[in-house]
This record gives sequence, structure tokens and C-alpha cells, in this order.
Amino acid sequence: MTLREMGLFALVALLILGTGVVQSWNAALFILNYGLISAVMALGVNMQWGYAGLFNVGVMGFVALGGLGAVIVAMPPVGEAWAAGGLRALGGLALGLGVILGAVLIWRRLGRGRVRALAMIGWLVAGFFLFRAVFDPGVAAIEAVNPAATGYLGGLGLPVLIGWPVGGLLAAGAAWVIGKTALGLRSDYLAIATLGIAEIVIAVLKNEDWLSRGVKNVIGVPRPVPYEVDLQQSAAFVARADALGLDPVTASTLFVKLAYTGLFATVLIALIWLTQTALNSPWGRMMRAIRDNEVAAEAMGKDVKRRHLQVFILGSAICGLAGAMMVTYDSQLTPSSYQPLRFTFLVWVMVIVGGSGNNWGAVLGGFLIWFLWVQVEPLGAFLMGVLTSGMAEDSALRAHLLDSVAHMRLLTMGVILLLVLRFSPRGLIPER
Amino acid sequence: MDLLNALVAFANFVLIPATAYGAQLALGALGVTLIYGILRFSNFAHGDTMAFGTMVTILVTWWLQSLGVTLGPLPTALLALPAGIAATALLLLATDRVVYRFYREQKAKPVILVIVSMGVMFILNGLVRFIIGPDDQRFADGERFIVSARDFKEMTGLAEGLAIRSTQGLTIVTAIIVVAALFWFLTYTRTGKSMRAFSDNEDLALLSGINPERVVAITWIIVAVLATVAGVLYGLDKSFKPFTYFQLLLPIFAAAIVGGLGSPLGAIAGGFVIAFSEVTITYAWKKVLVYLLPDSLEPDGLVQLLSTDYKFAVSFVILVIVLLFRPTGLFRGKAV
Repeated sequence: MTLREMGLFALVALLILGTGVVQSWNAALFILNYGLISAVMALGVNMQWGYAGLFNVGVMGFVALGGLGAVIVAMPPVGEAWAAGGLRALGGLALGLGVILGAVLIWRRLGRGRVRALAMIGWLVAGFFLFRAVFDPGVAAIEAVNPAATGYLGGLGLPVLIGWPVGGLLAAGAAWVIGKTALGLRSDYLAIATLGIAEIVIAVLKNEDWLSRGVKNVIGVPRPVPYEVDLQQSAAFVARADALGLDPVTASTLFVKLAYTGLFATVLIALIWLTQTALNSPWGRMMRAIRDNEVAAEAMGKDVKRRHLQVFILGSAICGLAGAMMVTYDSQLTPSSYQPLRFTFLVWVMVIVGGSGNNWGAVLGGFLIWFLWVQVEPLGAFLMGVLTSGMAEDSALRAHLLDSVAHMRLLTMGVILLLVLRFSPRGLIPER
Repeated sequence: MDLLNALVAFANFVLIPATAYGAQLALGALGVTLIYGILRFSNFAHGDTMAFGTMVTILVTWWLQSLGVTLGPLPTALLALPAGIAATALLLLATDRVVYRFYREQKAKPVILVIVSMGVMFILNGLVRFIIGPDDQRFADGERFIVSARDFKEMTGLAEGLAIRSTQGLTIVTAIIVVAALFWFLTYTRTGKSMRAFSDNEDLALLSGINPERVVAITWIIVAVLATVAGVLYGLDKSFKPFTYFQLLLPIFAAAIVGGLGSPLGAIAGGFVIAFSEVTITYAWKKVLVYLLPDSLEPDGLVQLLSTDYKFAVSFVILVIVLLFRPTGLFRGKAV
């Protein structure tokens, strides 16, 4: 690491510490923890874009799938719902999968011609209605079980930390499907395809109540760290907090956040080590060679499409992991909170600003852009307050300007992205 | 009689809404496809360009309404449309000057331009929300229906009513005029020919003395017209909400790709393919089937293939099918 890079990281650390001093340590830890999660997402996107030049604008979908993974693993199972229609719904899903596999088989086995097309369409239509006939009653039965509190299948009731890799696996599965279809075509097509899959994942989470409770949200996802209330009741903890001069309530919230910081930092450090090793290995050199000149790499005998698929799946899995971490941190899955501007395009800003192709750059971008994303709003509110202070108290324009401050962040992010692309296209920490 | 009723129900709930929606998508996809053909990148800011043009039109509409100016039975927004188009054209030319031109001169890779357009998208999105707010706005006024359901029932004595909203009629008429004008322009005028030449073979066009900056500027102006008209028509027909316009990006791109990126005719066909599949697959067919099937076979459910929330899935699946089996689209667009 050069002096400049260390300086940049020190600057980010200073910014977060400054938040602690000026605002509150709680806010600073919030930024730090989300910064860690953002850095993981940025690492995932950097693998796809920086290593391989794949343009994935469906980050949101993979993040949301990861969150679903955490829910499926950690929430307690709802026995009644399983008894009511669990097997039927799962059977329906298996049937649906079978129909699709059958269609693929028909396509491969039958010879070219009208017979094949008709057979496949007929098979798919019949399969669709069969699927709905098996699946729908199961879903209705599950959703009828105490809809206000559960109304879904619940999870496996395992420790939530197991959900993190599972979330990554779910995202990897989706990435495999997308990659199989859209990789190998021109880069814009992959972008549109990923944009589409992200919207579909969110639509599924919002509408399939049996799976994720839909817009009713899953709340109270079990934590890997102690609860504040338990800490406040533990005599040993209160005594220790007293010794530090903190009241138990503040001390417990800080302690919980710090525990998360520890967990997330462990994941991030492990990932940095892994990605750095991968980047500097022959595999990493091969990826960059493919990125810089696909034709030459292909001539050297590299299977470009396969490598692209591989790195696409890996990067998406990391995004899924970050999504599972985020749901764990929030203790809830709220499908309606997934917005492409926040979860896809913001991560892109992080990677580009930090420096695509450089893992340290992606991590730096994750922290820095997340910090700005959080702080632009109070800063903008302050600026707007100063700007409008000369206007009349009851001026409609003033009220409108003050109300619109919330949208400043989109504007700021766009301006930052364009400025970096124009004047420093390789980012703050360029690829070596 | 039953057959007629079924037909009317079908026209009322599928044919007319899908045609209007298809026209709106086609106009949007034409903009995307033109930018792709001339500037050679997928413009992610297109949905937000539509939102910007519509926003200016809405603001001018409100101003006109406050002055008491209306168009009688037609929506006032039509009167405000030229202002919206002018503002959007200025905005697009300014973005080209400040942002895109630099990368064009550098001969940057298309994917870099796509990322740049993402930055423009952020800014436009923020700007629109900043000025008009993120909420729903309705700005349609004038006559609501060309044919209302009740009049139709009285007229024909059928049990089913057929309603044609004036915004739907307006959409279709406007779209036909705009598309006809565009094709006339591209086919017969000197400038249109130079645009097509530039799109087909940039080097050859440059050699024959076509000024690339002029072609690009005219493209942006045409895109401003298409985007604003598409946005205003969509807003009149449904309602204006910045986030919805951002989400329109997916069906619009799907339409452009299904038709073949870079092919104007394909964009129109793609728009209707996407719109009709979306509407037919998310429509509850019970109302139509009730008339067609004997009582004993009457369906108990709604006979809706997919819930309306999955309409994105429909455009996506069509997109995937086209990508798998015919990657250049129905009309053989460019595949660079």
C-alpha cells in the first residue's frame, strides 16, 4: 500500500470518527457497519466489473436474495403452515422445475422443425396450468395460517450465521441462470437482463407471502449477537459500563453495534484476503487478460464464456452474502425498501469512485460513498437552511426547497460519478 | 350475443389498453433505438429523460390552467407539450455538450458511455424529484371519455360496456402522427438520410462529408420529442410518478431489443409485442370466458395467468426468449 492509499483510508477513518465526535457514536457506528456491508457489495461488483468487465446492474436482486437466505435459515419454522400446505407448495415448485427441465429436454432431443416448437409450447402451457393447480391451494392454505403474525412457512430455525453463506448460494443460483442466458451476448444485453432479474426478485419477495411475508415484512430475525435488553439486565455488564462512565442503555447499544462491527470486519478482511489472492494468482491474470482482449485470450485457448460465468457467479454470491449480513443487522426483511438507485447504482458509484479493478479501491469507495450518502442529507439541509434564511418565513418556495433536500443525495451521487469518470476515470486507487 | 359481449369485454380490457400502452412503449423504444443507432450506446437515462419532459409539461400545464387557458375537450397538456419538448431538447443538448461529447471524442467503449448515462440518470432523477417531488401527479383534464361504458351499453343494448378514454384515443392518434413524421423525416429529408448513413457506416458517412456533430445534435432533438411525447402520453393515460418512469426503462429496453436495437421499425413492433403480452398475461380472463364457455365449464377463479405485480417478469421473459433464440431481435438490428 502506498502512502496515498493509506492517507485516503485515514481520511475515511477520520470522517467516521468525526461523526462520532460531532453527532454521536451511535451514528458513527451505524455508518461504519453499513460501510462494511457496502464494502463487501463493492468487492462483489468489482470482481465482475473490475476483473472481468461484466456490466451487472442487478445488484439489488442479488442483495435481496441474500437477505431471503438469512430469513429462510434463521426464522423459526411455522409448524402449522407446514402442516397446512407446506409440502403441497414445495411439491408444486418441484413440479414447476420439472416442467422447465422437461421443456429443455424436448428442445434438445427433438429435431429442428415445427413439431419441436409446438411440442415445447404445448408442454409448457399444460405444465403451467398443472403447476398452478398444485401450487395455488398450498399457498392459499399457508397464507391463511394466522396471517397477521405469520402466514408464511418460516425458516429452518438455525443460527443466522449459517444464513450468510446460504444467502450467497441463493444469489449464485440466480446468477447462474442469468449468466447462462445473457453472457456471451453484447454487454448491454447483460445489463438489461440483470436489471430485469433484479426487478423480478423484488416482485417475488413482495408478492409471494408464503415465502417472505411480502409487504408485511419479516421482522425479528434472530441475531448472532446479544440483545440490548439482556445486556442491561446483566449485572456484570452494567458494572463494566459504569466503570467506563457510560449509562447501561447507551453502553448496550454501542456494545451490540461493536459486536456487529467485529463480525462484519472479519468477513470483509477474509474477503479482501481471498480476492487479493485471486487477483494476483494466474486465475486473476487470466481474467484481466480476457477483459482486456477477449479475442486474444480466446486464441490462447481460454474458455471466455465459462470464465465469465464463473466470475459472474462469484461476484453475485458476494453481493448475496452482503445482503444476508444486512438483513441480519437490520433484524428484518422489508422487500419494499429495496430500491435500484440505492442498491444497484449506488454500489456502482462506490466501485467507480474507489477504483475499478482494485479491491482496496472498491473497499475505500464503499466506505466513502456510504458516508456521503448518509451525510449529504443533513449537510444539504444545513446548506439549504443557510441559503433560504433570507427568504420570508412563509414563502412557499422556501418550504419546497427545504422539503426537497432529501433528493439532494441522488443529484450529488450523479455529479460525483460524472466528475470521477471524466477527470479520474481509474478512480481514487487505480488498478495496478 | 354472448360472442359479441365477449368481444366487447376483450376490446375494453385488453385490446384498447394494450394498444395505448404499446404506442407509449413504442415511442419510448424509438428514442432508445435512435440513440443506440447513432450514438452507439444504451441510454439508461431515457426513463428519466421522459420524466423530465413530462415534468416541464406538467408545470406549464398548471400555469396555463391557473391563467384559465384550456383546450376545451382536449387536455391542456397538449398546449404545454411544445414547451416540454423545447426544455428537454435544451437539456439533452446541454448534457451532450457537457458530458457525452468528451467520451465521443475519446472514442470510449460503449460500456463506458452506458455508465456515464447512469450518472446522468442519477442527476435527472434527483432533479425531477427535487423540482416536483416524488409523489403521484395527475394532470389530465378536458373530456374524460370518447365513448363511455354506459353510452355504449345504451347504444348497443349489450351487457358489456366499451369505454374508450380520450387519453387512449389521443395516445394512439398522437403516436401515429409522430411515427409517420419520423419515418418521413428519416426516409425523405437530406438530414434524415445523413442520419441513416451515419448509423449504417460511420466512417463512410464521415468521408462523404456528413458533419457528425450535426447528426448527433439532431438525434438528441428528435429523442427529446419522442421521449417527451411518450412521457406525457403515459402520464395522461395513467399518472406521473418519477419512480414509475424510471421503471419504464425495463419494458422500453425490452421492446427495443425484441425489435432489434437500432431498427426503428423493430422498436414499434417490439413496443406492441411487449404491451400485448403484458396485458394479456396479467388480465383476469374470467369476464371474457364467462360468455364463451357453457355454464357447466364456467371457471371458478379469475383465470389470471400472473398477478399484475409480475408485469416486469413478462417483459423480461420475452426478452430472454428473444435473446436465446434470435439475439439480433425480430428486425435484425445491429449486434456490435
